[in-house]
Amino acid sequence: MEKLRERAAALLADGTVSLVIGFEEGTKRPRPFFCRTSDQASKLIFDSRCFHNLAVYVTKKELVGKEPFAVTAPIATLRSILQLYVENQLKEEQMLILTADPAGELFELRSFDEISAYVANFELKRGEREEEILHKIEGMTREERWQFWLNEMSQCFKCYACRSACPLCYCTKCVVEVNRPQWIHPWPAPLANMEWHINRAMHMVGRCTACGACGEACPVGIPIDLITRKMMEDLAPEFGYIPGLPARQGNALSSWRLDDREQFIR
Amino acid sequence: MMSDSNTFEPKIVAFVCNWCTYAGADLTGTSRLKYATNVKIVRFPCTGRIDFLFLLKSFAQGADAVIVSGCHPNDCHYTSGNFHARRRWIAFRAILDLMGIDVRRIQFSWVSAAEGAKWADLVNNTVSDIRALGPYTEYQKVAEYLEKEGFDGEA
Amino acid sequence: METKYISKEGLGRWFDAIVASEKRIYAPVKSRGQVDFKQVKSLSEVADEYIQTTQSIKAAVFPKAEILFSYEKVNGKVNLTDFDPNSVPETVLWKVHPCDAAGFRPLSAIFNWDSADKLHNAHLSRTTIVSYGCAIADESCFCTSVNGGPGNLNGSDLQLTMLPDGGAIAEIITARGETLASLCPDAFVADRGDDKSAHLVDLPARFSLEEVQSKLNKAFDSSVWKQQSERCLGCGACAFVCPTCACFDIQEDVHGSKGRRIRCWDACGFSLFTLHTSGHNPREHQSQRWRQRILHKFSYMPERLNVVGCTGCGRCSRACPVDMNILEHITSIAEQ
Repeated sequence: MEKLRERAAALLADGTVSLVIGFEEGTKRPRPFFCRTSDQASKLIFDSRCFHNLAVYVTKKELVGKEPFAVTAPIATLRSILQLYVENQLKEEQMLILTADPAGELFELRSFDEISAYVANFELKRGEREEEILHKIEGMTREERWQFWLNEMSQCFKCYACRSACPLCYCTKCVVEVNRPQWIHPWPAPLANMEWHINRAMHMVGRCTACGACGEACPVGIPIDLITRKMMEDLAPEFGYIPGLPARQGNALSSWRLDDREQFIR
Repeated sequence: MMSDSNTFEPKIVAFVCNWCTYAGADLTGTSRLKYATNVKIVRFPCTGRIDFLFLLKSFAQGADAVIVSGCHPNDCHYTSGNFHARRRWIAFRAILDLMGIDVRRIQFSWVSAAEGAKWADLVNNTVSDIRALGPYTEYQKVAEYLEKEGFDGEA
Repeated sequence: METKYISKEGLGRWFDAIVASEKRIYAPVKSRGQVDFKQVKSLSEVADEYIQTTQSIKAAVFPKAEILFSYEKVNGKVNLTDFDPNSVPETVLWKVHPCDAAGFRPLSAIFNWDSADKLHNAHLSRTTIVSYGCAIADESCFCTSVNGGPGNLNGSDLQLTMLPDGGAIAEIITARGETLASLCPDAFVADRGDDKSAHLVDLPARFSLEEVQSKLNKAFDSSVWKQQSERCLGCGACAFVCPTCACFDIQEDVHGSKGRRIRCWDACGFSLFTLHTSGHNPREHQSQRWRQRILHKFSYMPERLNVVGCTGCGRCSRACPVDMNILEHITSIAEQ
């Protein structure tokens, strides 16, 4: 961590970057931090408690501007950044990645290929929480699943924290805000909530990198991250991509194969 | 409502492509083939244009089942619209199934412009399947939530 | 106002009497690992040992979504069904924290600012609030800094302060509170002279409200907004858990020849909240929206409605995905 601070301070001091997006100590746990001077770099932290997906900030023009910037990125953030590259949302020359492996060694990554090579060393696994809830859902009948999700979705009040926390929800105008016609009811009600979350999941097919930021952000504790996670796990082998790695051949829903499954088509 | 399966007439919405299935359904008529009247056809330029929200909206507004049909693989008027659609339905079915929505109520099919008889069979079979399943009240009653009392979000 | 004592047994009997009176009772209930207000039928369902419900109780008087009126066109004539105040059942809000009870005043001030809001007032006039004095608090709580306190009576119809024997000091504050107590009059006995403050959490003030307000008066063009809001994601979590946030949207739900007009929650933190049809957005940046949130609560409302728009419940700080801690931000403004 000390090495990372020193490096960030040096980068800011010599003008290589004008901003380091990282973490600082928050009131309860680490939180995102925008470090703009080398003096502030002493506040940077980088450890296993840093869970926010900082990739959510790198597409915000108002924040990063046009100057080069650095991101101190945990693995989950790197996975999202790769996907953002695939979707042409980032410029390699503008962004520098600072990261540290579990042993504390500092890595500087400057391109899509360097990040890909680094991320390939880490397997995407279910955590304890994901395993527990998904195991429960996988054991349910269809009716039980409907009741489970209906109960969960009934709590949603459409604050859209899930959307705001997701690095891949970068649209400036979301489909829920399209109102001619109004596809999804903007008011919170169980079915309108269900439609919103199904819609979100559909828009994440082949794009979600299972960082869990949406579930973590939900103030009413709906495990929405598991919808996109499960879908990714189940569909990745079928669509020929590796969970957590970017789809270089193009996104799942904008590509197809002649031999895609069609047993369900009569 | 209509709990007796003998009197239950399923409401079915069919989303079909202009070039194959719509023409196929037209052929069913011109061939004087009789088939169930439970289906309301909505014509689209291509299966690739059929947004998944159309299906959800149909259920929310009282449909008991949905048919989605277009050109056979390699027959698409726009070359690959149906291939894109097929992928979308694979993903959509996976999500719906995870959420506990009854995917038996969505029937996908390829019906070409020459398959008038297949269209009649498709509709007839879907109607009898849905007749057996009963109305999709599980979904429809959630759609009417706002009418009810309570602010705690319980459905 | 009258102070009484109610025993543990008396409390149970009184609660049963309220249930028997067929009033709706909403109380904090533990479920899915969270505590929130749900409809209850017995005292045993009510949650214990928690700091704060995730959401405030404002939905009782400002539902997340509500039908203003509905309409149907039949044979060229439009039949209009207006909101019926009598459709709102008598409701008891049980175990409301004093910070939530205090939130009803700013909320009502907004809904009755230029014209009386029929819906809000219908809910409010049929609501009785039984608050509980707070015995525990956490680092996000700051009611004592915004004219409140763990035993504050503002907004409550009746307040209970729990005693070690399972009984409670019962302060009957309003006529509504009296009516509710009269459902089981013999449960309330003479005050034993218990010291209320000894059973409440000690929560020293964290900042001076006067100081914050005088700083805010000159802070409109300050760089503090940009600096504080950098990490803000622009979601509505803070607004939706807040007991006093009252922003709403009006929506139309039309099906063929019939439809209804719906009022639902909205939030000033959303980037589209102030977007004009022309494409112009007077609050284009997140920093402007953050400034609006803080100034509205701590400056505009005290000025125009004579009430502070924050009750110090700390929910926004707990709900925020990126730790936009309101206490930290306000304190730093006060210290500038």
